[in-house]
Amino acid sequence: MITDKLTATHNFLEELAKQAGKAAFMPTNEIGLALQYLEDKGIPNNKHEDYKYCNIEAILRKEFKTIAGKEIDLNIQDWMQKNKCADAYNICVVNGKLSSDPKDFPEGVSIVSINNAPTEHLHNHLAKYAPSNSDALIALNTAYADRGIFLHVTKSFKKPIVIHHINSSEGNLFFNVRNLLVIEKNAEAEITEFYHSSTQKYFTNNLTEVFVGENAHVNHTVIQNAGVASYLVNATKTHQHKQSIYTNSCFTFSGALVRNNLNTAIAAEFSETHLFGLFVTKGNQLVDNHTLVDHLKPNCQSNELYKGIVGGKSTAVFNGQIFVEKDAQKTNAYQSSKNILISDDATVNAKPELEIYANDVKCSHGTSTGKVDENALFYLKARGIGEESARKLLLQAFAHEVIDQLKNETIKERVSELFQESLQD
Amino acid sequence: MLSIKNLKAEINGKEILKGINLEVKAGEVHAIMGPNGSGKSTLSAVLAGREDYDVTGGTVTFNGKDLLDLAAEDRAREGIFLAFQYPVEIPGVSNINFLRTAINEVRKYKGLPDMEAKDFLALVKEKQKLVELDAKLAGRSVNEGFSGGEKKRNEIFQMAVLEPKLAILDETDSGLDIDALRIVATGVNKLKNKDNATIVITHYQRLLDYIVPDFVHILYNGKIVKSGGKELALEMEEKGYDEIKKQYDTATV
Ligand SMILES: Nc1ncnc2c1ncn2[C@@H]1O[C@H](COP(=O)(O)OP(=O)(O)OP(=O)(O)O)[C@@H](O)[C@H]1O
Ligand SMILES: [Mg+2]
Repeated sequence: MITDKLTATHNFLEELAKQAGKAAFMPTNEIGLALQYLEDKGIPNNKHEDYKYCNIEAILRKEFKTIAGKEIDLNIQDWMQKNKCADAYNICVVNGKLSSDPKDFPEGVSIVSINNAPTEHLHNHLAKYAPSNSDALIALNTAYADRGIFLHVTKSFKKPIVIHHINSSEGNLFFNVRNLLVIEKNAEAEITEFYHSSTQKYFTNNLTEVFVGENAHVNHTVIQNAGVASYLVNATKTHQHKQSIYTNSCFTFSGALVRNNLNTAIAAEFSETHLFGLFVTKGNQLVDNHTLVDHLKPNCQSNELYKGIVGGKSTAVFNGQIFVEKDAQKTNAYQSSKNILISDDATVNAKPELEIYANDVKCSHGTSTGKVDENALFYLKARGIGEESARKLLLQAFAHEVIDQLKNETIKERVSELFQESLQD
Repeated sequence: MLSIKNLKAEINGKEILKGINLEVKAGEVHAIMGPNGSGKSTLSAVLAGREDYDVTGGTVTFNGKDLLDLAAEDRAREGIFLAFQYPVEIPGVSNINFLRTAINEVRKYKGLPDMEAKDFLALVKEKQKLVELDAKLAGRSVNEGFSGGEKKRNEIFQMAVLEPKLAILDETDSGLDIDALRIVATGVNKLKNKDNATIVITHYQRLLDYIVPDFVHILYNGKIVKSGGKELALEMEEKGYDEIKKQYDTATV
């Protein structure tokens, strides 16, 4: 068995090495660690506890026999015209590569390809928040990422930066994207990543490291609407400094596979973390959200709310870990995950995991999975509202608080629209 | 308007309605009384189209249509309104959005365009006044955190906005204080005209002092066992249901 799996991994890695070569911007020792880890562990399948419901190895073996799909040029101007968000700084990333030239940025914000990132920043942050030997997909990314962006924010700005992720290829493309977002001391930033729909089959192994400096406030919104041909593993590894606030709002509306690994290390006092999630699944989709909030220091707060509307034959997974380390006294940590099953063939696996090593803390968690409330449904129908509208109204009500907490109106509107669309059929 | 013939219904294999007969004409007010558990709410739920109940026999026609053939929403669109004994809380759906959706779905059914926003607001304002409903409640989620009395008043408010042909008020008086009772009853009376009808389910004469019924029916053990004029309610209030229970229970043995 093991040898089989390793052979599969070997073959895949050989293919990948041919395509991408080793990550040029990555220190060689990190690449060494990563390769060693891959050698030992292989690409995860359902025997790995963390990937129990998300058999990456099988997906690659079945769906990506070849990964040599050709990338196709895209007319960015045209695309932007149709899809850009109003009142925002729009950036295009095609197949993980920065494609538009962000000229109109205000002072204090810069975006470049990760391959051109200043060495000091790479030295200070790269692979620091996503240890190369902690997870096979991180290792894969560390060894073979050949694209991605570096975003540097030194001053506050209100307009959101919207990073549009587009796929343009002949299909059967696999790539590793490595991003680094550094938000320096006292800066406020509104960053939205928007995965757009593609008809061609592709697999993205995305890894974003986020550094949130002292007293920095970051709103990080991720909209995943990449379509039924898209396979996405999206790891976000955030490191928070003193008195910082990091809010991550993750919306998943489509994708054959979406696996989010969202970790936040609250590494200094008086910081806050807010994690929000909303996913709507249907068909044969698999949406797997793994989150981890690591309270390392005292006097910090974290709050997490994930909601799912799970339909068709889809599978949704929520695994929410909260660690409160020995030193992290006076921690407040809350977590809630709520799901509505809208089909009998859909499955939800929700699991909270709290590990608390400090004694003066307030923590709570709750998880629920149910159906649309029949009493409420009848009440609406008894007032003349049709079955479909009534169901939609109740699902909107369910999702409301996750969408409504978004601070930027443009983004909120866009998310609302996509949410409405996701409830169709 | 409404004609119920030998209606039988059960839930989870248990027969609750055991042959109900009732004729309601436009302009009339009917009161239904009866001991707890006799099937009053079941009758109203079956009329409103709740699917948990299986209708096992009988017919119901409403303005010439086979009511039992219609989905709950279509019954409402045809003009049936049930004021719930226990109004449902719906977090996240605002009262106002709920009402607007309801009105427009009813209008669509009748081939009418959506109501203009300003007309809708004017209507809401007018009807809020009618039932003296605090305007603040309109912005809140449907019934969420409403007091018992507020919930009941909200039912009558919805009825006022939707202007049904047949209103079934299931114990709308329970939980109301004396002033609220008067306000709600006055509201119901103001909405009454020669083209609509009301079925009032209640345990108490005091509501019937305000909403004077043309007919009173006693429902017991899934059947209407006695009907009469408004004096029947007074008689029941005085004597209680003992006599009826005795008479009926021995009759069936
Ligand atoms: N889901 C159910 N399963 C079994 N029995 C039920 C169910 N729902 C209602 N019943 C029974 O049906 C009978 C009639 O109930 P119903 O609510 O219609 O009474 P009611 O006349 O409205 O009483 P009340 O005056 O207390 O409101 C009761 O005995 C009740 O327990
Ligand atoms: Mg009742």
